[in-house]
Amino acid sequence: MQAANANAAPADTTDYVTVFVGETMFGLTIDRVHDVFVPAGITPVPLAPKEIVGLLNLRGRVVTALCLRRRLSLPEREAGAAQMAIGLEQAGETFALIVDGVGEVLKLGAETHEPVPINLDPRWRDISHGVHRLDGRLLVILDVDALLAFGDAKRDAKVA
Amino acid sequence: MDDLLREFLVESAEHLDTVDAELVRFEQDPNNQQILRNIFRLVHTIKGTCGFLGLPRLEALAHAAETLMGRFRDGYPVSGASVTLILATLDRLKAILGDLEATGSEPAGSDDDLIGALEKMASDETPAAAPAPAPAPAAIVLPPPVERELKPGEVSLDELERAFMEAPGPDDFSAEPPPAPVSYAPSVEPAPAFEMPAEEAPEPAAPRAAAAPSSAPAAEGGEGAIAKVQTIRVNVDTIEHLMTMVSELVLTRNQLLEIARRHEDSGYKVPLQRLSHVTAELQEGVMKTRMQPIGNAWQKLPRVVRDLSAELGKGIELVMSGAETELDRQVLDVIKDPLTHMVRNSADHGIEATNERIKAGKPARGTIRLSAYHEGGTITIEIADDGKGLDLAAIRKKAVERNLAPAAEVEKMTDAQVAKFIFHAGFSTAKAVTSVSGRGVGMDVVKTNIETIGGVVDIATELGRGTTFTIKIPLTLAIVSALIVKAGAQRYAVPQIAVLELVRVDAKGAKEGANAIERINGAPVLRLRERLLPIVTLQGLMRGQATVEEGEVVESGFVVVAQVGRQRFGVLVDEVFHTEEIVVKPMSSKLRHIPLFAGNTILGDGAVVLIVDPNGVAKLVGQSAQSGAVAEAEGEEIEAGDAKATLLVFKGGSGGFKAVPLSLVTRLEEIDAAKIEWLGGRPLIQYRGRLMPLVPADPTIALRTEGNQALVVFSDGDRAMGLVVDEIVDIVEERLDIEIAADRSDLIGSAVLRGRATDIINIAHFLPLAYDDWARGPRKAAVKAPSLLLVDDSAFFRDMLTPVLKAAGYSVSVAASADEALKALLSNAGIDLVVSDLDMPGRSGFDLVGAMRKAGGRLAEMPVVALTGTVGPEAIEQARKLAISDLVAKFDRSGLLAALAEIGEPGLARAA
Repeated sequence: MQAANANAAPADTTDYVTVFVGETMFGLTIDRVHDVFVPAGITPVPLAPKEIVGLLNLRGRVVTALCLRRRLSLPEREAGAAQMAIGLEQAGETFALIVDGVGEVLKLGAETHEPVPINLDPRWRDISHGVHRLDGRLLVILDVDALLAFGDAKRDAKVA
Repeated sequence: MDDLLREFLVESAEHLDTVDAELVRFEQDPNNQQILRNIFRLVHTIKGTCGFLGLPRLEALAHAAETLMGRFRDGYPVSGASVTLILATLDRLKAILGDLEATGSEPAGSDDDLIGALEKMASDETPAAAPAPAPAPAAIVLPPPVERELKPGEVSLDELERAFMEAPGPDDFSAEPPPAPVSYAPSVEPAPAFEMPAEEAPEPAAPRAAAAPSSAPAAEGGEGAIAKVQTIRVNVDTIEHLMTMVSELVLTRNQLLEIARRHEDSGYKVPLQRLSHVTAELQEGVMKTRMQPIGNAWQKLPRVVRDLSAELGKGIELVMSGAETELDRQVLDVIKDPLTHMVRNSADHGIEATNERIKAGKPARGTIRLSAYHEGGTITIEIADDGKGLDLAAIRKKAVERNLAPAAEVEKMTDAQVAKFIFHAGFSTAKAVTSVSGRGVGMDVVKTNIETIGGVVDIATELGRGTTFTIKIPLTLAIVSALIVKAGAQRYAVPQIAVLELVRVDAKGAKEGANAIERINGAPVLRLRERLLPIVTLQGLMRGQATVEEGEVVESGFVVVAQVGRQRFGVLVDEVFHTEEIVVKPMSSKLRHIPLFAGNTILGDGAVVLIVDPNGVAKLVGQSAQSGAVAEAEGEEIEAGDAKATLLVFKGGSGGFKAVPLSLVTRLEEIDAAKIEWLGGRPLIQYRGRLMPLVPADPTIALRTEGNQALVVFSDGDRAMGLVVDEIVDIVEERLDIEIAADRSDLIGSAVLRGRATDIINIAHFLPLAYDDWARGPRKAAVKAPSLLLVDDSAFFRDMLTPVLKAAGYSVSVAASADEALKALLSNAGIDLVVSDLDMPGRSGFDLVGAMRKAGGRLAEMPVVALTGTVGPEAIEQARKLAISDLVAKFDRSGLLAALAEIGEPGLARAA
């Protein structure tokens, strides 16, 4: 699909799992992605931060599901629309990132990489590593740790 | 790293830990051959394996340590210095093992220092010790040869060593326990038979041992070996995996059961039943494998205390109890370090120097008591020392200096709150920084660590008597029994520990004798066995509010009656399914701040449900749960002294608002006005098979002749009185600030409640109107009325309780302060017992009781019931020390009467 895919030296390429939210394509480094699955049976958690959709059972583990749309302050997905989940791990905890759909895995080199445009919404800027120029579209690379760093400030404020 | 090496590392680490603990025991009990033999065996195993695996450094060290220990075995005196040296060697062994684990090979380096010291001590002690054993054997049977033949020290030990090797090794020892002890003991003797005469060395040891505790050691050794629990080592991942698989199995089982239910005649019902049982047992079994006794976390502590004891020059004894208390492996890992730190802290700061202790008239050796037990769904760990206690004055000063709180606030704080300042980072009042502690680092980390697993720490301290830290770790990760309930579309798990009972409520129930929820100005309440229970809905709680929205249906469903501390409340749920043993999984870090949930779990059908935390609910309900745990979470808010009162507000007489403490109210009734009868000019109704007099709350209230008449029912024993009111308005919980009205006996005074001026009525005025003899307590009149002194700074409470106590048959006198009470007690010999408020300005109730106990004689034994706004563990502890018969919440009238009745029998028999 991409030129980069063919020519890039294997040494300096990175594999990205692509996901879709609305029209935008996002990329997650493949080593952070533990799972791709269809979320089902989500138990909502009352009083939780708005980003959190609820808890779900992923093969015997309780996983916290968060919605990428809500994280990016995008409008809610229509009821009944398809959704997929990406299993992420951070500090021994498993999270499920709910997205609209999952695309293929792309092998991309540094030459298509661009820093995050400065005019991007700060909410987006904070959670992305950069952008890859692809044929006809852009791929926003998500910073998984930043993505999962919500709610902390709020909680700290509460504690203090 | 190959498997063999890995296994060796794990095993050796464990052995070394055991040796650590055993050595400390051995030092205190040097005659115990069994301990020594155990140590020797373990070190020997390590040494043997090292040789086998080609680890020369470890082998040499272990050998040198073993040599010295061999000396002990031969009966040489055990000195503190030698034990310290061996412990140091063990530390070195551990360090090398650590490197080995990290790199896969032995680190370079020399241990000549330790080996030299060990050898020196081993050979040094020969001449020093030789004279000592000599007289003993001489006195018994063995003649001088012993002494002479001991001389070639090194050789003898090597040979002894070989004899040891040839004897059944530790492996055989545990494999075939029964014959082992027999072959073990003689194993030393065959050796001398073909070895040098030096081999007789062990023999003097034997009589020595025999002289001390008879000839038991061999038998003891045998028992010890047999008692050793048979275990195998299993990788934690394996267990976790097993756990997951069992969960899946349960899911499948449940699906099968579901199918079987739909096919009535199916022939696989019976095998399915069996499968179901087996699955349940399997699940239970796997869950149990995750539990470990807390003793595992304590193993290192005797050594820590011993080292500290030596370093600080204090005698410290560590007493441990409840080591078998099981808790989850993960929790165990988290609390290991905080526990160690706290024990160190107690040893360093808590226990005074020996000379100070003697000066203070305490035993020279300090004691640190470590205990663990299960308590109501939590695991409680206590670390108590009998040292000097926290210097609260110094902490107060320091807290102000460090700007942790304004001086005025610190002044008002209770001791328990002040003590908690030590958990602030960098807070230390130690006059000198020692190498152990005093740098103010640590306690904050301890607190943080414990809090990460949802635990709480409490401190009880008494100057000169010691400090007790109580750590409560909640059920996180433990298995609990929970009630699965439904509210709205969601299911929740409620830990059964908090659930007292379930009550079915139905809108139509009232007429049929069943329970129904009633409303007072929209606030739902439930009558439950003559008491009113405030109701919250689970759905409402999940919206973050304890109140019930207008129009919300709360008429039918189940009320889960819960109790937290002394607070009771009902949680209305739509449906109750069943109880289930659940594994509490901790909430995600993103959700841990929500107080309502204690965790989550996966149910049998695979669904994730949230576990409701009763403490969190109690907090949200606004009835600050009065356990120490929640008081902590409530922050530094100072509640003592200005306790809130819950009052029932009604309209009575010329549209004015009146109120009465809810705790005095038995029931609220609406009666048909037509049922009111008049007897002798007084209104009565037939109520629950008896006649109940009605008394208007205000002279201007006229009894209705038609429609419904609202009544507030007060009852005491089998008597009841109906207070006639115009309308019941509200229940409010507010701080009372009463202005006393002196001119009217039917009112205590007036207060501002919810922004409205409200008269607080004096029940004492109305009770005699209903029954002339109520206040005189006819039922107990036969006996001499016991004389009771009521001590409370608040006139309101004195007025409120006096009639209640009088009605219960006591002759009551009152005092407004501790000083006044003491004066009364000393001057009036007729007082039989004291009911005292604890929270009073100036001298507290505790001070009063303390003074009474000190005064001796009659006062020292006088029963005391304490009234308190908050019942925390510190208060309970202090109350116990002062022999206070009972602690009763301030508004718990029936609790007070029950407490009085309890002490009444023996106490008053003596008085009368």
